[in-house]
Amino acid sequence: MIKFDNVTKIYPPDAVVLQNVSFEIKEGEFVCVVGKSGAGKTSLIRLMLGMEAPTIGEVYFDGIRLSEASAEKIQEIRRRIGGIYQDYKLLPRKTVYENVAYIMQVEGKENREIESEVPKILEIIGLKEKLNNFPDELSGGEQQRLAIARALVNHPDIIIADEPTGNLDPYNSYEVVSLLQKINKAGKTVILATHDREIINKLSKRVITLEKGKILRDESEGRFII
Amino acid sequence: MTENLKRIFNFAVNDLNRNKGISVAAIFVLIITIMLVTGLVFFQGVANYVTAEIKNKIDITAYFKDGVEEEKVLSVRDEIIKLSPNIKNVEYVSKDQALEIFNEKHKDNPVLSQALQEVGDNPFLPSLNITTDRDPVQYASIASILQNSDFGEIIESVDFSQKKDTIDKVYSIVSNINIFGILLSIVLVIIAVSVVFSTIKLTIDNAKDEISTMQVVGASDKFIKGPFVIQGMLYGLVAFLVCFLLSALFSYFLSFKTQSMLPGFNIFGYFLTNWWIFVLIQLGFGVIVGGFSALIVVKRYLEK
Repeated sequence: MIKFDNVTKIYPPDAVVLQNVSFEIKEGEFVCVVGKSGAGKTSLIRLMLGMEAPTIGEVYFDGIRLSEASAEKIQEIRRRIGGIYQDYKLLPRKTVYENVAYIMQVEGKENREIESEVPKILEIIGLKEKLNNFPDELSGGEQQRLAIARALVNHPDIIIADEPTGNLDPYNSYEVVSLLQKINKAGKTVILATHDREIINKLSKRVITLEKGKILRDESEGRFII
Repeated sequence: MTENLKRIFNFAVNDLNRNKGISVAAIFVLIITIMLVTGLVFFQGVANYVTAEIKNKIDITAYFKDGVEEEKVLSVRDEIIKLSPNIKNVEYVSKDQALEIFNEKHKDNPVLSQALQEVGDNPFLPSLNITTDRDPVQYASIASILQNSDFGEIIESVDFSQKKDTIDKVYSIVSNINIFGILLSIVLVIIAVSVVFSTIKLTIDNAKDEISTMQVVGASDKFIKGPFVIQGMLYGLVAFLVCFLLSALFSYFLSFKTQSMLPGFNIFGYFLTNWWIFVLIQLGFGVIVGGFSALIVVKRYLEK
């Protein structure tokens, strides 16, 4: 589904953030990308989303070479990905309801469908009472749950979670991770970038370990060893 | 398609409502700049009026020899009218009328009245007063024709050469006013466009993280740009409504003042006659510059 073919990313003038990175993620996999801060996890995700182009090498999404894809194709690919980020990336001027509805509106879904789906997912995620609140009126945990609701509402093929537990307490972190496991069990591909040792060791899933932009290990049932 | 447009419009209206502070500031700046441009339209109205008045006051007079019959003078008048389509008016002033005008003009000046009495006879000559609607070159050619034509024999003098310097000076001033007006308009419009652009840029800079999030979730460029462009246009529309009202009020209250300074010129009348020009300029400036600025700024963010 996603393939990195000998990818190197250099930010001018000479900051090498990824070096000769090659791996493939198959449909339905749960892959953890681990590494210390600055190891290249976020750059890897930005490349997957087509937000950056590799300096050398190629990134493929379902066989499509991202560097050659049109803007419309990239947008279409991004709509197939549900993103959960450490800084939540919520729309501050939209309410909880509107943040989730926006994703469906971007997809061009009918109003009827939006009006039926959004309250359902917000109920599942426990934010039904805060439909009309703005993101800055929510706690950190609530904001992360909102980000998750937004990532899931369109039933994406892939969930990419970049440090989703970075700002959460252990209880909320556990909630988020178990939710990701459930999503994976439902057949979706999940990519989790984190530097949380405990989470990785508990999951016992495939682990790609990055260090200074290079792949140190790629193990099918890995542990956090750096 | 229609649903998407509706959504984009709703996003714009919601954002405008939820950012009242920024919206009010942007609209305020737009009002000031639109009023600046509106000032130019009023300036042009005043300048046109003053220019027309000055032009109306410029004429040349052909004085006929004493004793020339009135029919002859009137036939010359008919010939002059045929000379050029730019001749606006040719007025015949008889010997008696000239005396009457003199007496009326100097009725409060006993010295002049006494001097005239001492002359005894009516010393004034019949004349034709010619006005054109063009530049001084017209006057020069008419004067030349008058002096060199067949009826040159019955003409005593043409006073154009005495007035020539004054006419040239006045036209030079009028032409300078026009050039100054055009230059001032260009400079002010450039300033106004820059100010509007910077204001819209500031409002959108405030939403740059939002734009980046919209990109990450796969929103199309149109879906991202649309609300900002409509918001820019709505700022312009609100600013236009305020400016139009202000222009009407200002011109109404200033009309008394301007009439005392420029008799015959009613600035409110000018506004009423040219209201559609005000609508076009204010609406065009506000909505087009507002929307276009937003489009350029968001486009830049999307290209990053």
